[in-house]
Amino acid sequence: MSAPNTEAAVASAAPEGRRRRRPVPGSLLVGGLIVVAVLGMALLSFVWTPHDPTLVNPAARLETPSSEYWFGTDKFGRDVFSQIMMGSRTTLFVGFVAVGVAALVGVVLGIVAGMAPGWFGELLMRGNDLILAFPALLLTIMFSAVYGAGTLVAMIAIGIASIPHFARLIRGGTLQVMRTEYVIAARAAGRGPFAIALRHVLPNVSGLVIVQASVGFAIAVLAEAALSFLGFGTPPPTPSWGRMLQESQEMLSIAPRLAVFPGIAIAVAVLGFNLLGDGLRDRFDPKMEDRR
Amino acid sequence: MAEQPTSAPLAPGPRTGPADAISVRDVTRDYRRPRTSLRHPSPPVHALRGVSFAVPAGQRFGIVGESGCGKSTLLRILAGLDRPTSGSVAIDGRDITGLRERQLRFVRERLQLVFQDPMSSLDPRMRVGDIVAEPLVAQGHGNRRERVAELLEAVGLRADAADRYPHQFSGGQRQRISIARALAPRPKIIVADEPVSALDVSVRAQVLNLIADLVDELNLTLVFVSHDLSVVRHVCDRVAVMHNGQIVETGATEQVYEDPRHSYTRRLISAVPTLGKALSGVSAADLNREYQP
Repeated sequence: MSAPNTEAAVASAAPEGRRRRRPVPGSLLVGGLIVVAVLGMALLSFVWTPHDPTLVNPAARLETPSSEYWFGTDKFGRDVFSQIMMGSRTTLFVGFVAVGVAALVGVVLGIVAGMAPGWFGELLMRGNDLILAFPALLLTIMFSAVYGAGTLVAMIAIGIASIPHFARLIRGGTLQVMRTEYVIAARAAGRGPFAIALRHVLPNVSGLVIVQASVGFAIAVLAEAALSFLGFGTPPPTPSWGRMLQESQEMLSIAPRLAVFPGIAIAVAVLGFNLLGDGLRDRFDPKMEDRR
Repeated sequence: MAEQPTSAPLAPGPRTGPADAISVRDVTRDYRRPRTSLRHPSPPVHALRGVSFAVPAGQRFGIVGESGCGKSTLLRILAGLDRPTSGSVAIDGRDITGLRERQLRFVRERLQLVFQDPMSSLDPRMRVGDIVAEPLVAQGHGNRRERVAELLEAVGLRADAADRYPHQFSGGQRQRISIARALAPRPKIIVADEPVSALDVSVRAQVLNLIADLVDELNLTLVFVSHDLSVVRHVCDRVAVMHNGQIVETGATEQVYEDPRHSYTRRLISAVPTLGKALSGVSAADLNREYQP
């Protein structure tokens, strides 16, 4: 059903006798630092930016990077660095909401599908496969077409498109937890399915959820950028990395740096969340113990 | 799924009476494997084929057999965690076959399990105190903190163990935690599934003695499953030998040990390693050849 390497990340029957302090994986460290930096930039933008990111200044159009304008200015004379700072807010906001929607629905679905007997669980997973087979970007564009372009619509659409990844992963973890003796003991003690889901399954698949959330975050950041680039995401004048890319398009021959800076921002943020996810997986996967 | 009254005409098998803590009559359990062919359904696996026995209250009943002989399936059915394909099981004279989970409450109160694997039988994310208290919570008992402290003491653990996590304990200690959990709701029957097989030989005897002492002290009925004859001999009054989903021999432990009737039992007993045999160079293959039925 689900990929075996992810299934093994369940903390259930961790074979290590005693949990030793493991060295922090490098990917976790680097990923964590990048994520913290993006987070810090977004927080800082609430209190300080070098310039007003939405201030149009015809006197300073297409400035090259200088001590005044660190990343230069765009065709309206807006400071690119300030826009990137503001854009990180949008990016994180989209990520949180999209991952939140996906995790909430996906985890519940996955646990229910993993615990439900026979055909019902199968039915849920087949429905899940149906959404999975649908291209995520197409789904979000469809949503935008129906409900109008906007950050919230984009976020929810991205979230819905990510539900199946969570559901599938969590179902695998749940199946594994349900086979353990501590769940059998809980049943023999008279625990109902709801208590087992809450007290045993959920805590033991939480590692999987965290890993998938950080990977999902990277996907959401990328999806938001793509949508904004296509004009289905964040509407102007709110700065967004995706829309900055789109606006830089017509200036590409004159000022290619306008595409480079937001591009780097997107790439670094996505890399950061992916590394964080990888690092967390290494941390939570008991199998990694043997590879050292 | 029809509920059979316990006074129904006896199927071929041992005597059963109202004093029996457990009576199992002609239980079969088939599993279906996933299909591998479109035209033919997979042949069913017969995990149990007509198992019957009775355990009077207060007895220590052993079940021996190699892995895969249906022991674990039988235990799950005894505990009301799985349903037999046919046949019936009664706990304290009440038929549990075909009952729904809500109606199984009396089984949950009276019968508790101790498992084989001290690693996976305790939830790694729960504190020991919560693990031991789980049956109490599930069955709505009060005064849980005191009861947990009492239980930890009874199995020879310090009271501060309640605040720690399972991975901080050794295998033997974890089995003690498992035993404490099983005793928590004051059951009358303990079903132990290979409780010492995963332990070092050095702690095996300690845990075995603990089980035996507690069973005596609390006047419990014990069903003890093992592949290890010497362990069963140490603990049990009666023993049933299982092979291929059937009970091939039942009797008082000493009698089965001294005078095994079934060829499979003889093979099992002769397979118990002894120093003498090892020194004279007997190999497992020799044993197999010697006792082929």
